Amino acid sequence: MDVVFRADLPVYAYAGGKPFDPALPCIVFIHGALNDHSVWTLLARWFAHHGHGVLAVDLPGHGRSSGPPQASVEAAADWLLALLDAAGVAKAALVGHSMGSLIALEAAARAPERATRLVMVGTAYPMKVSDSLLDTSRDDPLRAIDMVNAFSHSGFAAKPSYPGPGAWLHGADRALMRRVQAGQKGVNLFHHDFGVCNAYAGGLQAAAQVRCASHLVLGERDQMTAPKQAREIGQALRATVHTVPAGHALMAEAPDAVLAALRKALS
Amino acid sequence: MPGHSDPGFDTLALHAGAAPDPATGARAVPIHLTTSFVFENSEHAASLFNMERAGHVYSRISNPTNAVLEERVAALEGGAGAIATASGQAALHLAISTIAGAGSHIVSSSALYGGSHNLLHYTLSRFGIETTFVKPGDIDAWRAAIRPNTKLLFGETLGNPGLDVLDIPTVSALAHEHGLPLLVDSTFTTPWLMKPFDHGADLVFHSATKFLSGHGTVIGGVLVDSGQFDWAAAFAAHGRFAELAQPYEGFHGMVFAEESSVGAFLLRARREGLRDFGACMSPHSAWLILQGIETLPLRMARHVENTRKVVQFLAAHSMVASVGYPELESHPSHALAKRLLPRGCGSIFSFDLRGSRQQGVAFIEALKIFSHLANVGDCRSLVIHPASTTHFRMDDAALAQAGITAGTIRLSIGLEDADDLIDDLKRALKIAEKAGA
Repeated sequence: MDVVFRADLPVYAYAGGKPFDPALPCIVFIHGALNDHSVWTLLARWFAHHGHGVLAVDLPGHGRSSGPPQASVEAAADWLLALLDAAGVAKAALVGHSMGSLIALEAAARAPERATRLVMVGTAYPMKVSDSLLDTSRDDPLRAIDMVNAFSHSGFAAKPSYPGPGAWLHGADRALMRRVQAGQKGVNLFHHDFGVCNAYAGGLQAAAQVRCASHLVLGERDQMTAPKQAREIGQALRATVHTVPAGHALMAEAPDAVLAALRKALS
Repeated sequence: MPGHSDPGFDTLALHAGAAPDPATGARAVPIHLTTSFVFENSEHAASLFNMERAGHVYSRISNPTNAVLEERVAALEGGAGAIATASGQAALHLAISTIAGAGSHIVSSSALYGGSHNLLHYTLSRFGIETTFVKPGDIDAWRAAIRPNTKLLFGETLGNPGLDVLDIPTVSALAHEHGLPLLVDSTFTTPWLMKPFDHGADLVFHSATKFLSGHGTVIGGVLVDSGQFDWAAAFAAHGRFAELAQPYEGFHGMVFAEESSVGAFLLRARREGLRDFGACMSPHSAWLILQGIETLPLRMARHVENTRKVVQFLAAHSMVASVGYPELESHPSHALAKRLLPRGCGSIFSFDLRGSRQQGVAFIEALKIFSHLANVGDCRSLVIHPASTTHFRMDDAALAQAGITAGTIRLSIGLEDADDLIDDLKRALKIAEKAGA
């Protein structure tokens, strides 16, 4: 669905294969760096067909949403809350992956009365990016995509594949990142997104503002955001931790396990 | 972190898509010969049917053994995913039928396998899909043939019968300029010799019967999607591909390009094409092809090595008028082959024997190692004489029109000792020479 936000900056959100109903308990899914809504579609589709209103957004400058990318996690959180206003959503569970998990955290802190749950998937705080990877993302983004893609997958055969059998996860994720990168002509989006993750310093202060129940869903073989790197933010949020057998691309590698964790988190 | 990347080709040929079986610990890929898969409960069943969860339902749509093959070929091609089909022809049909229907148009290279030409020229035209054939090297002809209802450009990496090398960078750039995808038949080259996606192709298919299987034991095909073609953008710009960018009532009103930004084509191909046309692969066939792929890098290197020796021998023989292999400077695609096929131009080629149709027959019948049959890409060396078999109804003038002479012989070079192959050819050429005396 296209969300009416600003007429000159169309925003896209996947509604799970059903018309979006703002009267239903709402879940907002927020993707990570150089991704789009399609990393969530199986999960979003399941929740949309099980009593929820679902918005899996494309962040500005990503996928089908136009406009420049938001300059910081804080700015993206403000954008997200404004999007909820535009969609007629008073309260929502906020579920974010990687960079999206920081945006969910910050949004839950800025409007604690509107967040019914906070779920941070494949997360770490601080989400520091190594200088060498930042440099590669600036100088040779396609090379950096290959590096991150290799780091994000825990093996060669995560079954039953995403979104279904026959998908080669390494290739599909590489194609998605290349597509999203190519969609921004004037900005090196990969370098921008990594910079946003790297610069975010307000996580612990944000955690102190969050009032809803919080959950972390972590890939036990995640090399991008290793589970131990989420310990401090998890403690600050007093979050329930769910681990799934996957790497950083855990929605693709273990969609059933992530679904089980989200069902617990959002019940 | 720098230096870390996906594994190399040989590693992927052995491991991509497969892991030790979690139920039994089996290291090799199990053959899942089952039609169906038990649901955990009614809710699980409903969520599988509604694509809320991933999994297997019925082996016409997907199967765990086939899925390993699909992921492996996709990995080797550098694609986003693949679908295994009953044959290479089924893969071509699935590619076309997913995005084209009555009123659609295709621009195709004229240098095609006869079966593909039959499908495009005769059979699909009965269903309202029209094809314009152009010479693969004539880029102006490609451009002129594109119409508002064109859905696809199509060619072979090495075209039949003369091994014209398809200029994939140029043809794909033209296709993309018009918001169209380029489909490539990569059967003759395999991803070991060339990855068409690296040069701009959007879809690739194989007759897996040939080199991927490699042992002449199985019929099968694989259709691979690069995930790079933006169907939604093409729909927005040109109004094409509503099949992927608009709700499809035949599958829950799904908009495939919304469900998967890079997997929309394969979603529809599987959820409609395999479901309704049903040209799926047997899991047993998938397993045989997987066995072949595990040694693909080793076999392709040997195929090319042997072929170069045989080409060299034939090019110097007095009974041979010409050899059509792109590594030879005399071949019209020589420069393009050097650029796109640096590892070699495969192991299938034709040469022209001096002499009559009867001498061609005598040559074929004198061979001991080469098998006279209608296939290519086997580990065993193969031969066919078009004038006395596939094109036997044609007179000499008609043969010339098709680029074939009475003495044209097609070889598919196998993995035997190259010296034995050359000895076999040398002896048969002698007998053919005597037959003309």
